[in-house]
Amino acid sequence: MSNDIFVITEHMDGKFSDVSFEMVGKAKELASAWGGQAVAIVVGSGVDAGAFASHATIHVDDAALSQFNPEAYGKVVEALVREKSPRLVMFGWTAAGMDLAAWLSARTGAPCATAVRDISADGTMSCQAYSGKLIADVAPEGDMAIAACLAGAFPAEAGQGSMAAATLASPVDLSGLKVKFVEAIKPAAGDVDITAQAKLVSIGRGIGGKENVELAEELAEKLGAALSCSRPVVDAGWLPRTRQVGKSGLKVKPKLYLMLGISGAPEHLEGMKDAELIIAVNTDKKAPIFNVAHYGATNDLFEVAEAMLELL
Amino acid sequence: MNIVVAVKHIPSIADDLPVKGANVDFDSVDFVLNWFDVQSIEQAALIKEAVGATVTVIGVDLIGELDGSLHLALAMGADKAVKITADDPAADSHQQAKWLSEAIKGLAPDLIFAGVQAANDIDGQIGPILAAYLEMPYIGGVSAVDVNGGTATISKEFAGGVGAKYEAALPLVVGVQASSKPPRYAPVSKVRQVAQTAVIEKVAPTGEASAGIVVKKMSPPAMTGHADMIEGSSKEVAAKIVELLKSKGLA
Repeated sequence: MSNDIFVITEHMDGKFSDVSFEMVGKAKELASAWGGQAVAIVVGSGVDAGAFASHATIHVDDAALSQFNPEAYGKVVEALVREKSPRLVMFGWTAAGMDLAAWLSARTGAPCATAVRDISADGTMSCQAYSGKLIADVAPEGDMAIAACLAGAFPAEAGQGSMAAATLASPVDLSGLKVKFVEAIKPAAGDVDITAQAKLVSIGRGIGGKENVELAEELAEKLGAALSCSRPVVDAGWLPRTRQVGKSGLKVKPKLYLMLGISGAPEHLEGMKDAELIIAVNTDKKAPIFNVAHYGATNDLFEVAEAMLELL
Repeated sequence: MNIVVAVKHIPSIADDLPVKGANVDFDSVDFVLNWFDVQSIEQAALIKEAVGATVTVIGVDLIGELDGSLHLALAMGADKAVKITADDPAADSHQQAKWLSEAIKGLAPDLIFAGVQAANDIDGQIGPILAAYLEMPYIGGVSAVDVNGGTATISKEFAGGVGAKYEAALPLVVGVQASSKPPRYAPVSKVRQVAQTAVIEKVAPTGEASAGIVVKKMSPPAMTGHADMIEGSSKEVAAKIVELLKSKGLA
């Protein structure tokens, strides 16, 4: 085993995600404490891998890796990890990282922590659990650990730079894959671009049903705002995906973000925490959103919305 | 075609989550079916309707109260229900996935669905761990699945409305983010009816696995900041919000 830290970077259309730089920055800090190296791992083809301020960058280049394929990427990462035995493997707690981190854990026996928001020099990881209602401090056992890190957990600047990559052919045979990439799906053309709105009224599961969406729509209209939502509202079919804010939706930064019935799961916070003024109405006084909102109220959202309509 | 839906029974995050020692005080919380697993059940039912399939829902019975969730799954269209009688509310994802994988092996699955995540996935989600134990490919973050013969066409979501379409040879494990259509409503009367007649197969847990992590401490997040709380009746709160918005030129 080495004291190196592997950062499994992510890219799309040739551009690396912020979480990749964030993890490289944190890896350098840990490498300094552990006497190892922060190694950026770039799996893909047709990507400029020299974008990191890592101690080393390994680029595995193969045509089969030109698009994210969980089966192919998993095989490559597993082979590298088994060969190099790093002390820590960092993934983003993202659509790609969530496919790979726990899978690699089960394949290698290395413990895995998810939704990691910090890692101490002693290896202890602080994780968000129960949709952010609790924080779990966990200690991995054994020689190697895996961390799936929340986007925004660490500053990105320390990971940005340039480091010439060592380019390798795939360490495993990638012919005969069972999973094949077919095509990219582009964002649906939205009726309203919520990322361009100065004011948003956003609804969550607390809105209760499709029949109640109209009330929020009326309030948004009165405020000159657009209506947005958290994931459960989209999954229930109450609003289209173009209105979804959060990790798997859109990132917004409006002047006003008025939230009705949204508890503030980490996935949602990732998309709206930079709004200038956040007002949350939610009956659960312990809802995580009150740690992020500037103003909050624990009243019934329907009563508040109706009363606001009368006043506007 | 055999579709297996692996479900997870988890402490309800709608309620307070008191901590005892370094874990949730399981005696003080209600357990509920993971929401993403409801999406999985719906996706399985949609495929059954489209191309025909036998849908088996299987979960680890952590506190002896899984039957209600299995009855719901049956009311939504599942054909069979199996519970692994673990009686261990603290079982981690690796252990649950090991028990599930051993039980699922005998079901000859073509497709295995699991919710893409659950609120208590501290050591990882059931789906990818299950895929590793069963040596099958895994795709998570999935929002649509169509089956044609021995191939599934999968839509996976990334951030910002971007996604990708994949084709995969079966068998395959899928982490469902959302079903192709919103989950159907199962009337309470139908769930009750199912509960009176359903036979839930009991399976003893077999196989051992560990997450390999020690939870040293679990606690509510430290308050890094807290909203200024607006107190009063709903009318008073509304008036204060409107006043605030007007003062900032936002209303």
